[in-house]
Amino acid sequence: MSRAKKPKGVMVFIEFRRDHIRRGSIQLIGEGRRIADILGVKLSGALLGHGVRKYAKEAIQYGLDKVHLVEHPILATYAANPYSKVMVELVEKYKPEIMLLAATKNGRELGGRFYVHLQTGLAADCTAFRIKRKNLVMIRPAFGGKSLAHIMCKKTRPQMATARPNVFPEPERDPKRKGRIIKENIKLGPEDVDAKMVQFIAHMEDEATRLADADVIVAGGHGIRKADTFGTLQELADALGGTVAGSRKVVDLRWLSKDRQVGQTGKTVRPNVYVAIGISGAVQHLAGMQESEKIIAINNDPEAEVFKIADFGIVGDLFEIVPEMIRQIRERRPAKNPT
Amino acid sequence: MSMPEPSGLRMVVCIKQVPKAEQLKIDPVKKTLVRAGVESEINPSDLHALEMALQLKDKHGGSLLALSMGPPRFIQALETAIGMGADEGILLSDRALGGSDTLPTSYALSKAVEHLGHFDIVFCGEETTDSSTGHVGPGMAANLDLPQLTYVVEIEIRDGHVRAKRAVEDGFEVWETTLPLVITVNHGCNHPREPTLLGKIKARTIGVIDDLNADDVGLDKDKIGLSGSPTVVDKIETVELPDRSGRIYSGEAREAVRKLLDDLEAEGII
Ligand SMILES: Cc1cc2nc3c(=O)[nH]c(=O)nc-3n(C[C@H](O)[C@H](O)[C@H](O)COP(=O)(O)OP(=O)(O)OC[C@H]3O[C@@H](n4cnc5c(N)ncnc54)[C@H](O)[C@@H]3O)c2cc1C
Ligand SMILES: Nc1ncnc2c1ncn2[C@@H]1O[C@H](COP(=O)(O)O)[C@@H](O)[C@H]1O
Repeated sequence: MSRAKKPKGVMVFIEFRRDHIRRGSIQLIGEGRRIADILGVKLSGALLGHGVRKYAKEAIQYGLDKVHLVEHPILATYAANPYSKVMVELVEKYKPEIMLLAATKNGRELGGRFYVHLQTGLAADCTAFRIKRKNLVMIRPAFGGKSLAHIMCKKTRPQMATARPNVFPEPERDPKRKGRIIKENIKLGPEDVDAKMVQFIAHMEDEATRLADADVIVAGGHGIRKADTFGTLQELADALGGTVAGSRKVVDLRWLSKDRQVGQTGKTVRPNVYVAIGISGAVQHLAGMQESEKIIAINNDPEAEVFKIADFGIVGDLFEIVPEMIRQIRERRPAKNPT
Repeated sequence: MSMPEPSGLRMVVCIKQVPKAEQLKIDPVKKTLVRAGVESEINPSDLHALEMALQLKDKHGGSLLALSMGPPRFIQALETAIGMGADEGILLSDRALGGSDTLPTSYALSKAVEHLGHFDIVFCGEETTDSSTGHVGPGMAANLDLPQLTYVVEIEIRDGHVRAKRAVEDGFEVWETTLPLVITVNHGCNHPREPTLLGKIKARTIGVIDDLNADDVGLDKDKIGLSGSPTVVDKIETVELPDRSGRIYSGEAREAVRKLLDDLEAEGII
């Protein structure tokens, strides 16, 4: 074995999907930059794929010093085993002290696989990082967001974490920024392919009504009883100038598309107004919306958890309340905004 | 039509017993988590994993083992699993395992699986509600050197070939692989069956629960427990949520809505 090199630097896994670097990875370049600057070390990226060189340049423009580019036909689409093998080799070769991945589903399953080969610590779904005596403090919500756990990995390197998307701000892209692209040769063969993706069924993404940008969100839960009720919720959203979302239950029932799910395993939102309709207020849901400016709850169960974090609410049947709200808002509107 | 496997499928489902998340509270004075008096349950997504495995067993025949690592009280969860239709419950329990983070947990569970024999599928839930990492499934796949498919919502098996659908942020992916493998099951993808009366009696009377300790499965003591866990919890901070005004109305719909909208108008919300 070569002389032991002291682990140094921060490495970010750049998650590439079809034709773009995923937002969570771009945000992580920004946070990785901040951490690397505090420690006074270099920030590198690991980009795996096939024909993805131009994305290496893009990643540098967001704040990397260098990119380890691994290109191979086997890496063209993400798969846990070959990606894990490459990441182990990269980390063993360059010995970063910190290794970060976006906490997307693929980021989590990839990190959850390769950290075992590295025999190090991995903190999941972090929402903040700090440096304490040169060590990384990995801060993550615990127990559905009721507390924050500060996790450290002092004995082993790298200190690994996945970071929740849409928590860290997206860094500005500087087209003039220069960095090194290091082409890595890592051997992969058919024996590394143990599973294959054969089909992709896309959800419809509606950029115009992105949850992250919405001022008002009208969210429906299992209490709405059928997919059609979202028509009424949409009317309320229109009256309030907002957009619709829902709990995981309505998403699981396919009443709403996955990109509209709020909560721990969906989107984290912080609108001015969040209207929770027929939502019980499970911790996993609250984790995604409890920091909304104002929360309005409508539920027929006075004991529902959701009332505990509501600013305003009505205990009653949503099928009566919501149409009544729409009617009365429309009634008030002309008086308020004479046009 | 699918061909039944010659001897049926040999499956193991990893289940954890967790405190009911909804009942956990923060002590307002001490700012610590109050666990006393909190009921426990099978980790919700593990129920979906059990259901997926039971449906495969209904279709292809074979055997299904429920495996849990934790203190003796986790037997409750194993009894529920047997009540639902698992053939056997195995508890890996040892003081030396206390304080394990996900690295030793996946190592210990993998060693237990190897000790128990050969399996076609190892199932896990997508994540637990108490540690919510989702690392144990992929970690087991790494330890056992098996393919992994995570966040699976549907699975089909034919002649040893696996076709599974997994839920990702922007849609669904269909994957193909072969047995054996590790699968983590997406929360909410099916309706877990209730334990049957017969199943409950079986769990209680026949005593199908087997105990294993660290030595039984050949665990390296340096790799488990607190000392084998690379991560430490430096501190727990309670989250101060903004104080909510909590003006909740009830009664006649028209009147309640009027009061609500008056409030919203007064606050400049509408
Ligand atoms: C690993 C994991 C991750 C999860 N991630 C998420 C997540 O990201 N987001 C999420 O939302 N959930 C998540 N969950 C699920 C979560 O635990 C709850 O199951 C879910 O949030 C409940 O959805 P709900 O409130 O719509 O349904 P329910 O809990 O079924 O609540 C329905 C509510 O509607 C009310 N209601 C019924 N009829 C009426 C009526 N006529 N008028 C008014 N009110 C009515 C009822 O009183 C009840 O309170 C997760 C769970 C796990 C285990
Ligand atoms: N102590 C345990 N005993 C059995 N299975 C476990 C244990 N911890 C985690 N698992 C399994 O691993 C999955 C993911 O857990 P986690 O990585 O802790 O979020 C769970 O849904 C279980 O299937």
